[in-house]
Amino acid sequence: MTESVHAHADEKPPGLWRWVVTTNHKDIGTLYLLFALLMFFIGGSMSMVIRTELFQPGLQFTDPLFFNQMTTMHALVMIFGAVMPAFVGLANWQIPLMIGAPDMAFPRMNNWSFWILPFAFSMLLSTLFMPGGAPAGGWTMYPPLVLMTGDAFPYLIFSIHLMGLSSLMGAINIIVTILNMRTPDMNLMKMPLFVWTWLVTAFLLIAAMPVLAGVVTMLLTDRFFGSSFFNAAGGGDPVMFQHIFWFFGHPEVYIMILPAFGVVSTIIPTFARKPLFGYASMVYATASIAFLSFIVWAHHMFTVGMPLAAELFFMYSTMLIAVPTGVKIFNWVSTMWRGSMTFETPMLWAISFVVLFTIGGFSGLMLAITPADFQYQDTYFVVAHFHYVLVTGSVFGIFGAVYYWLPKWTGNMYNERLGKIHFWCSIVFSNLLYFPQHFLGLAGMPRRVPDYAIQFTDWNQVSSIGGIGFGLTQLIFVYIVFQTIRSGSKAPARVWDGAIGLEWSVPSPAPYHTFQEPPKLAEGELQHEGT
Amino acid sequence: MKQSARQQSNRTLALKLAGITLAMFGFGFALVPLYEVFCDITGLNGKGVKQITAMDPTTVDGSRWVTVEFLSGSNLAGGWEFRPSQSRLRVQPGRLYTVSYQARNPTDQAMTVRAVSSIAPGTAAGYVSKLECFCFRQQRFAPAEQRMMPVRFMVDRALPPEVGTISIAYTLFNSLNREAAPGS
Repeated sequence: MTESVHAHADEKPPGLWRWVVTTNHKDIGTLYLLFALLMFFIGGSMSMVIRTELFQPGLQFTDPLFFNQMTTMHALVMIFGAVMPAFVGLANWQIPLMIGAPDMAFPRMNNWSFWILPFAFSMLLSTLFMPGGAPAGGWTMYPPLVLMTGDAFPYLIFSIHLMGLSSLMGAINIIVTILNMRTPDMNLMKMPLFVWTWLVTAFLLIAAMPVLAGVVTMLLTDRFFGSSFFNAAGGGDPVMFQHIFWFFGHPEVYIMILPAFGVVSTIIPTFARKPLFGYASMVYATASIAFLSFIVWAHHMFTVGMPLAAELFFMYSTMLIAVPTGVKIFNWVSTMWRGSMTFETPMLWAISFVVLFTIGGFSGLMLAITPADFQYQDTYFVVAHFHYVLVTGSVFGIFGAVYYWLPKWTGNMYNERLGKIHFWCSIVFSNLLYFPQHFLGLAGMPRRVPDYAIQFTDWNQVSSIGGIGFGLTQLIFVYIVFQTIRSGSKAPARVWDGAIGLEWSVPSPAPYHTFQEPPKLAEGELQHEGT
Repeated sequence: MKQSARQQSNRTLALKLAGITLAMFGFGFALVPLYEVFCDITGLNGKGVKQITAMDPTTVDGSRWVTVEFLSGSNLAGGWEFRPSQSRLRVQPGRLYTVSYQARNPTDQAMTVRAVSSIAPGTAAGYVSKLECFCFRQQRFAPAEQRMMPVRFMVDRALPPEVGTISIAYTLFNSLNREAAPGS
């Protein structure tokens, strides 16, 4: 690509209307990321309500119903509103740039995928102001409890339908883009790992999300049209809901972590100035994790009363996931081994991801042991586990990605000092927030309760202090992004010393239109081929 | 041109993927009958109890005793009373036994209820046969009516030797106004 081609390629429609009608993958990526940031703060303020109430035993600020609305909505907003859209935003920005495509395969559908989301979340959040309040039966929506939701119930179901539709369109778009639009020189085993992890994630989405759509539709007909899928009086079975839900739910957790694996596999080689160790094994590990994710669902429900053989099957298959995941951790560490490492902000997030995600993985292994799980089920130990993998895993991965590519997106360098402050505050506060929850859970504190026995007070106070600190720290992030866009110093095309890949061959900020002609891959243009 | 050829192949691939999506939506619903079959085979959730119409009295296994426990629960509003006449019974496999459940409608209106049964451990469910059970059909109660409802059952001789205790539980539900598949 030459500079002269970019020179006229940078015209955009004027005004705010541009953002509504845009079909440009970079605009849509930006919209997704901003939407995810907004939802991160909405979901985050709900968790502040939770942690404030839990600062002391007894009921101080909320009544139990509102507390349960907060836990339910916090989960729905964070999962479907913050983490998933953030990864789709990264995919929109980066996949065409990384594979040398001019745009996503279906730009118009891409616009729809995004603009469905604000409607879905307006519906979901409006339930907070309805008679009977927002859904309060947990994000897992187990019947019969969820069927007792007030006027909010159909809004909950339809907002999930819309979110599902949005992610399905996004996933189809991403698969077609990756499979059909790569620059001719790039075969599948040359693709950057971020692209690989997203390809696998997109397949997980189209396999899992329709099942969620189906099961919530069954809830809807049970409530309004007299069906008895989950009603024992009519021959149905509430436990069947849990099976179908978790058949979606377990692949869903990998949907939220695989792209972060891709991000970390991109960042670590850059700052270790070494090619990614074990590229092919990374690809196969990703695919294995995706396959295994479909045969482990019942480990979320060991206590419902399953035959011993089923408990054993789900225990062993769950533990098996530790093997490909261990391969990944090993490869990341080996990539850093004897590398010329520097510790810019993206690298700090990536390294903390490796360490803290591994802690979440270990607590996951503990939960996989069926007899032990009977003790841990529905305690704060579970809460600690999935926040380690989702916050210090997925969310830290997203932060790393944003710091890594922000100079490419905005053309300006972020403030490294503030970035490091954001990182160190986040890591201290998040561990203060989540680590004590392990102790609380092992000591027997149940999750989803607004009140607790007084012996749990100390660790809850530590956790709440960490929570408020972690929440406030994220304001620094907003300031950094804002400051970078407005006044950062100019960034070069190849922002990082060790940055390799097609996205760095275009200027910073990336022109509005890139790779109108498929680029030729130069020697050493791909990260895993070495410098 | 090349551009339109690519658009065509994009469209074909997208349609195939949309097909997978639809198939998976259907698969979600297909899990419902699959789950029923799976429960019948494994006795999961205490389903798969045999309903019999006659029995052979010569098959009693006089050498073995099994404890059967009776449990009751109610999912009805208004404080329904529902309990078995005895909470446990020592039985011999192959012999027919009768136990009664007593239910009282505390409300001042007539109600139709259905009892749904569940057997634990689930693996034993296939070895319990019922000749007669109030759970086979819905039960209509007049206002404040109280009555005894019998269960006639037998434990199969083939019950695996490691099972020493079987729990039979009934839960009362409001009957949905139609004849659903008989709860076993």
